[in-house]
Amino acid sequence: MTSMIIRGAQPYGEVAQDIEISDGVISRISPAGSLSGEDASHEAFDVELEAAGCVLLPGLVDLHTHLREPGREDSETIATGSRAAAKGGFTCVHAMANTAPVADTAGVVEQVWRRGVETGLVDVRPVGAVTVGLQGAQLAELGAMASSAAQVRVFSDDGLCVHDPLLMRRALEYVKAFDGVVAQHAQDPRLTEGAQMNEGELSGRLGLAGWPAVAEEAIIARDVLLTEHVDSRLHICHVSTAGSVEVVRWAKARGIPVTAEATPHHLLLTEELVASFDPIYKVNPPLRREEDVMALREAVVDGTIDIIATDHAPHPREDKDCEWAAAAMGMIGLETALPIASQVFIESGLMDWRALGERMSVTPARIGRVADQGAVIEVGAPANLVVWDPSQSTVVTPAMFESKSANSPYLDRSFAGAVRHVVFRGRPTVVSGEVVS
Amino acid sequence: MLGKHLLSAADLTRDQALLILDTTSELAAVADRSVKKLPTLRGRTVVNLFFEDSTRTRLSFELAAKRLSADVITFSAKGSSVSKGESLKDTALTLEAMGADAVIIRHGASGAPQRLATAGWIDGAVLNAGDGTHEHPTQALLDAYTLRRHTRGGHGDLSGVRVVIVGDVLHSRVARSNVLLLETLGAEVTLVAPPTLLPVGFENWPCKVSYHLDEVLPNADAVMMLRVQAERMAGAYFPSTLEYSRMYGLDARRMALMAPEAIVMHPGPMNRGLEISADVADADRAVVVEQVANGVNVRMACLYLLLGGASSEGEGSQ
Repeated sequence: MTSMIIRGAQPYGEVAQDIEISDGVISRISPAGSLSGEDASHEAFDVELEAAGCVLLPGLVDLHTHLREPGREDSETIATGSRAAAKGGFTCVHAMANTAPVADTAGVVEQVWRRGVETGLVDVRPVGAVTVGLQGAQLAELGAMASSAAQVRVFSDDGLCVHDPLLMRRALEYVKAFDGVVAQHAQDPRLTEGAQMNEGELSGRLGLAGWPAVAEEAIIARDVLLTEHVDSRLHICHVSTAGSVEVVRWAKARGIPVTAEATPHHLLLTEELVASFDPIYKVNPPLRREEDVMALREAVVDGTIDIIATDHAPHPREDKDCEWAAAAMGMIGLETALPIASQVFIESGLMDWRALGERMSVTPARIGRVADQGAVIEVGAPANLVVWDPSQSTVVTPAMFESKSANSPYLDRSFAGAVRHVVFRGRPTVVSGEVVS
Repeated sequence: MLGKHLLSAADLTRDQALLILDTTSELAAVADRSVKKLPTLRGRTVVNLFFEDSTRTRLSFELAAKRLSADVITFSAKGSSVSKGESLKDTALTLEAMGADAVIIRHGASGAPQRLATAGWIDGAVLNAGDGTHEHPTQALLDAYTLRRHTRGGHGDLSGVRVVIVGDVLHSRVARSNVLLLETLGAEVTLVAPPTLLPVGFENWPCKVSYHLDEVLPNADAVMMLRVQAERMAGAYFPSTLEYSRMYGLDARRMALMAPEAIVMHPGPMNRGLEISADVADADRAVVVEQVANGVNVRMACLYLLLGGASSEGEGSQ
């Protein structure tokens, strides 16, 4: 096995340490520089990573990633998506089920899982569909997916809402048998027919069909009550409105086992961008108002929203190079998530690195029941780590992406800090900002 | 001078809007001559790009361009890229290759003209001839021109002119452009519609709103009826066309509530018996046909001002 040392990194932005890794686990943590001189002369490391002045976090875990394989390999593959994830500082991603064929059987989730293992850059954890073909009519074989080699624990019809209340109740009940969680895409379908953007004064002015906040909030309210009733686990995907935050806050105060995520784009961007009619800003759920962005930030800080998840949604160029109504919804996000989170939460002083590590690694791993991910940085912990260099910057250009797609709303923007190194299961996957093949 | 494109009524300042209306007046004089043609746009290519059926708007723009001696191509692309035909981008690139100086676009998707103007696909001027449920600026200009003739003797702005717009505001690009332009020109606009057919956030629009047509009619200088599509019933916007007609239709009884000199307008095509009864549609105060005639002159003015000036050629060569 590889032996490695990360020199001078600051776990959680605190005291600088030298981190030794062997056999895939952290084998020693000692004050920075203490291994120099005589020690170093007889300690030979296969890999030495310089990390002076850098922040060390547990490798990031994304609970919401679209890898598009099988079916839409023109926009992303498990291999390219894994590279994008690694470059963004992730050591684990959850691959959403809305592929073609849909990940609604043990066969498909095992295939996705195996392709992830073959690529070997991150843990690829398949998400299983809740209903057959995402049709919202009949439960998929959740148990078979749970007991497959892929060990599925997160189930979601993401992209579509499980809107039938009886089916949602049954799904919540059923996953209790294997400690699963239902991740709901909260969107009442009838209230959002033909919806193009957040419903408000701007949608009225632009003549784009509105996507009312209540369409999200009503489903969340229903589902937290169902979850309480059947005593199961519910996760809310991409919370986007201030009202949703209030509902989740209320549910948590009641002790209902609900968790929630917010995406980097909903934490940074507002609906005003839609006035350009540039479909790069078209996304589901839609960009909302400034008040919503502020409520989401506050909720991430106080823990009402448990995690940040990317909803990385690659699309080929032609699906965005068109008029608004014809364009696909979604934006890529794996390679910009940490830079945005750093800007929104660290630079602003809203959170420290330890708290951000909770939101982007520890808690998502716990929700997804992923062993070996999101561990506290200590001796004996699995070596899944990301080194963040605050002295660099992330300049977003089409050429920078490892993703097969470039539908990023941040082109030409620059963020302070950059992912410098990533270690996955004791092996370097990113060194000096470059993915190691 | 105008900007490079005409995408939204909001693009126009008061002075620019008045320039268009005054230019329309001058061009209207030409329309009364036996030879109606001007040489202004000789050698320029104007493309009518219509992704939606709209015979009257297409013909109006065609005639306007021809009267200015432009070469006119009409490209009727039924079904847009939404239905997997040629994409808007490829169509635009084709037109660019043909050397279009101006593209007049009608599209079912809100914002398509803005996309065409800003995506870098073409260099020419873009005129919005109606996009989705967004805007229809030349309709608003021809309405303003018609209003000015009847209420202001054809001069100046529309200060204090009281205009009531009735019907499906939610889905109406005509209403949106009219609210913006009439406000710019100083008119007082009142929207009348069932609450289901008003957009969210209308409280902040520069106009008044009422749910009761009878109450606002006596104080109107003009009543503009919007086309209501019976298909809207599927979206539960109103219970039946009969109920709609009873509550928001303009019939002879309601017309009698209007001031004697007040006019009735409609952007067409009319649903006789739904939003407007036949006797109102055919009444002397209904200026629907005049609106059509004014439409040609207003569109001539827009093309003339967007393409005719020497400065726009200078811009293009940079």
